[in-house]
Amino acid sequence: MLEPTAAQIRDEKIYRKLGLTDAEYQQVVEKLGRLPNYVEAGIFGVLWSEHCSYKSSKAHLRKFPTTGPQVLQGPGENAGVVDIGDGLAVAFKMESHNHPSAVEPYQGAATGVGGILRDIFTMGARPIAFLDSLRFGSLEDGRTRYLFEQVVAGIGGYGNCVGIPTVGGEVQFSPTYRGNPLVNAMCVGLLKRDEMVTGTATGVGNPVFVVGARTGRDGIHGATFASAEDPHEKERSAVQVGDPFLGKLLMEACLELIASGAVVGIQDMGAAGLTSSSAEMASRAGGGIEMNLDDVPVRESGMTPYEMMLSESQERMLVVLERGREEVAFEIFRRFGLEVANVGRVTDDGRLRLFFRGEVVADMPVAALVDEAPVYERPIADWKPPVPQFVPTTLAISEAWMQLLAHPSVADKTWVHRQYDTSVRASTVLGPGHDAALVKVPGVNKAVAMATDGNSRYVYLNPRRGGQIAVAEAVRNLAVVGAKPLAITNCLNFGNPEKPEIMRQLSDAIEGMAEACEALGTPVVSGNVSLYNETRGVDIQPTPVVGAIGVMDGIEHRVPSAPKSVLEPTELWVLGREDDSLSGTLYGELVCGGPAGDAPYVNLAQEARLHQLLQQVAGARLVAAAHDVSEGGIAITLTEICIASGIGAEVEVADGADAHGWLFSEAQGRVLVAVTSANADALARLAATFNVPARKMGELTGETLCVKLQGALLVELPLNELVATYEGAIPSFFVAEQLTATH
Amino acid sequence: MKWAVIVFPGSNCDEDAAFAIREVTGDEAHLIWHDARDLSDFDAIVLPGGFSYGDYLRSGAIARFSPVVEAVKREAQKGKLVLGICNGFQVLTESHLLPGALLRNDNLQFRCEMTELVVENNQSPFTADYAIGERIRIPIAHGEGRFVADDTTLAKLQADRRVAFTYHANPNGSVQNIAGILNLQGNVLGLMPHPERAVMEWMDSVDGRRMFLSMHRYMKEARALVGANGSANS
Repeated sequence: MLEPTAAQIRDEKIYRKLGLTDAEYQQVVEKLGRLPNYVEAGIFGVLWSEHCSYKSSKAHLRKFPTTGPQVLQGPGENAGVVDIGDGLAVAFKMESHNHPSAVEPYQGAATGVGGILRDIFTMGARPIAFLDSLRFGSLEDGRTRYLFEQVVAGIGGYGNCVGIPTVGGEVQFSPTYRGNPLVNAMCVGLLKRDEMVTGTATGVGNPVFVVGARTGRDGIHGATFASAEDPHEKERSAVQVGDPFLGKLLMEACLELIASGAVVGIQDMGAAGLTSSSAEMASRAGGGIEMNLDDVPVRESGMTPYEMMLSESQERMLVVLERGREEVAFEIFRRFGLEVANVGRVTDDGRLRLFFRGEVVADMPVAALVDEAPVYERPIADWKPPVPQFVPTTLAISEAWMQLLAHPSVADKTWVHRQYDTSVRASTVLGPGHDAALVKVPGVNKAVAMATDGNSRYVYLNPRRGGQIAVAEAVRNLAVVGAKPLAITNCLNFGNPEKPEIMRQLSDAIEGMAEACEALGTPVVSGNVSLYNETRGVDIQPTPVVGAIGVMDGIEHRVPSAPKSVLEPTELWVLGREDDSLSGTLYGELVCGGPAGDAPYVNLAQEARLHQLLQQVAGARLVAAAHDVSEGGIAITLTEICIASGIGAEVEVADGADAHGWLFSEAQGRVLVAVTSANADALARLAATFNVPARKMGELTGETLCVKLQGALLVELPLNELVATYEGAIPSFFVAEQLTATH
Repeated sequence: MKWAVIVFPGSNCDEDAAFAIREVTGDEAHLIWHDARDLSDFDAIVLPGGFSYGDYLRSGAIARFSPVVEAVKREAQKGKLVLGICNGFQVLTESHLLPGALLRNDNLQFRCEMTELVVENNQSPFTADYAIGERIRIPIAHGEGRFVADDTTLAKLQADRRVAFTYHANPNGSVQNIAGILNLQGNVLGLMPHPERAVMEWMDSVDGRRMFLSMHRYMKEARALVGANGSANS
């Protein structure tokens, strides 16, 4: 195929197909001082795409606090890095792979995991854990079951093979995600504090290498077509295919190369492949890069410069080495059987210049490509969710309880996480099923705590408060297990930014998140924005997902979500302000058929005190277990504690509270703890010093769950029935399929 | 004692195995790249878990052609201990150091969970520290762990008491609930569960420790015996 000429691109408006608007094309022409050729127009198209440039969100992202004494690397690099003491640091980031996963769920999810993995080891960090935040439609829907099954298999397929444990995350189900599932993958890595490397191309004359897999024709324009009108038709060929075996070898080779000290800068070729990695590395260094595309190892003959620059073939990295130390790289990559090719060099003229067959095929200012990419202050209009204001209590308590327990968002997720290797690397102290995961740091008595969270219903009802809750809940989960929260990463999954009310959701949610980050002392050190999450014009509920990181010194202080065994009298206490509002709850969604009311209560000052208290409680080893009150309310939190410890409970509704509301409220800032009677007084005293309300609500006992209202029995549910409902809910959707598969 | 932990391209439990060996026995554990051709320096060999060569073609099917496998066979013939865990077990069956084969789990899914194993034989160098019939808790993490063998092989395995462990609740459809088997001489053990992930209090089980301890003690006694007889190490 003959490539269109520069004039044709202008006259036939071919640039539109490359992702540029008319106005953007004009800007490109001005910046170049001439018409861009096909390669150049394609490169501008991907780098100025929403995915690479954050043009709609950039202005708002500036609201996030990004600094703190613990922050070693904030946003703008391949991953954020925080100090965890003892000369050690943690690199982490979360990234979305929503659009590819909607089309090709196995590969979409697998390459999401592979991509975030490379972002982490690129910093010189040894990856130690994955977490995945997933959102799907309703499991009654056949296509949703297919997407769910394949996404889980894809995550396992990549993560298990590279030998990094998947230790946590969450899965939620809501009709809002039917045509647009969310797949957000987070990776956490460990490094020595003074051995961090970055994606910077410095040192004029230093050689530039492409290492790892060969470049093929897969995934061309994956970054641009995220907003196609009918993504299902258009994106199929833009989905990349992952090779975890190659990913594992590449990780080992790169970590060895970085350890050799020969690396000046290194970057993953993720979205927009060779284009974004070279332009971004040059931009960070304020310099330029020159590449000879004849030297790029390709998978097939006849590839054009356009295809090479825009390919999103997986498992490739761009590396700048110190001149004269090339032999180190050759030795390492040869040993692992990987490609290594010197494709160019670092320059100081601030240009990205590409040669092919002796000719200059592209020559553009790096600043125009990256730093001067357009930033849009898109119009913002009011957002008023079309929902009922009040939640009627029309469901009987026992009925609501069982329905909530069977809701796939609440029900047992063993079906998911037993498909993930959760214990490889032999360092998982707390894995899936606890409020936060804890992964031990080798050689010291220290663990990294990690959790993800994000409830779209709250953000939909009230973006600002919902944003606050997303951060508060993720960070609270760290404190619940006894860790000290340090920082967060996030994935902002929103609808179409060209709609003013969606921009309101985005802007307000970011504001709320920023407020919570300030209040809780957890700055944002990395993140990702995924816009255009819509199906046939209908946007998903706004879903900011937060990944929080903390540290625990002395793993003997860890607090599990339920006591392993109950050998002495154990009381249940609720820490935090009690509440009986059904606003914004999952109960409300069941009764009203959709979100209802406002987002639940949250108070950031109280939240911060609660987190302090929880760390003290853990440090003093006062409690046998602690579990956050979240979706489904106290009823569900209590049930989960009882199921995990194999014992019933007897509890009393708070004085003067409405029983429905008290059981099912999702007000934030509440944690249930199991404490032996011997320690209960000490717990109450400690809570008082932090000015956190604490009440004994009952005890762990018997084989049923009993709720009393002013001493009278309100509801009693047998534990074995609760177990059957909780554990059976998700597998029940797959029973028929399994039978057909095995016979 | 000196242990070799073999690293194939794609192995990912090599560090875990080395950690367990050092932590539990205090012995030296060396990571040995798959192109090694001589293992005569080592007292024991561990083929760790992972996805050697990406499990492409069939788990363990490509790794068996690695140069190191010939060396493993030579040392096994000399009577040295060889422990194959998970992917290591698959490599051992593919290399015919152990009979049978490991196929895709009957549930067609990867399974990672704590399992209860029943100790069927405590007369081997790997299991001497366990009691016969004892139930131990060791986690599994595999997609292709369904042990199969023909009836003659199974009968022979049973007759020779070469089934080392069975699952209390079968997680993958293995024939006769088999989780781990020994070779005829008793110096090669392959098992799907991961004993190296059950060696510390915080790992939720410490039942894997005794496997490494049994091996350590056996090697020490064997060495003492050789010393007492005055014969040089071959």
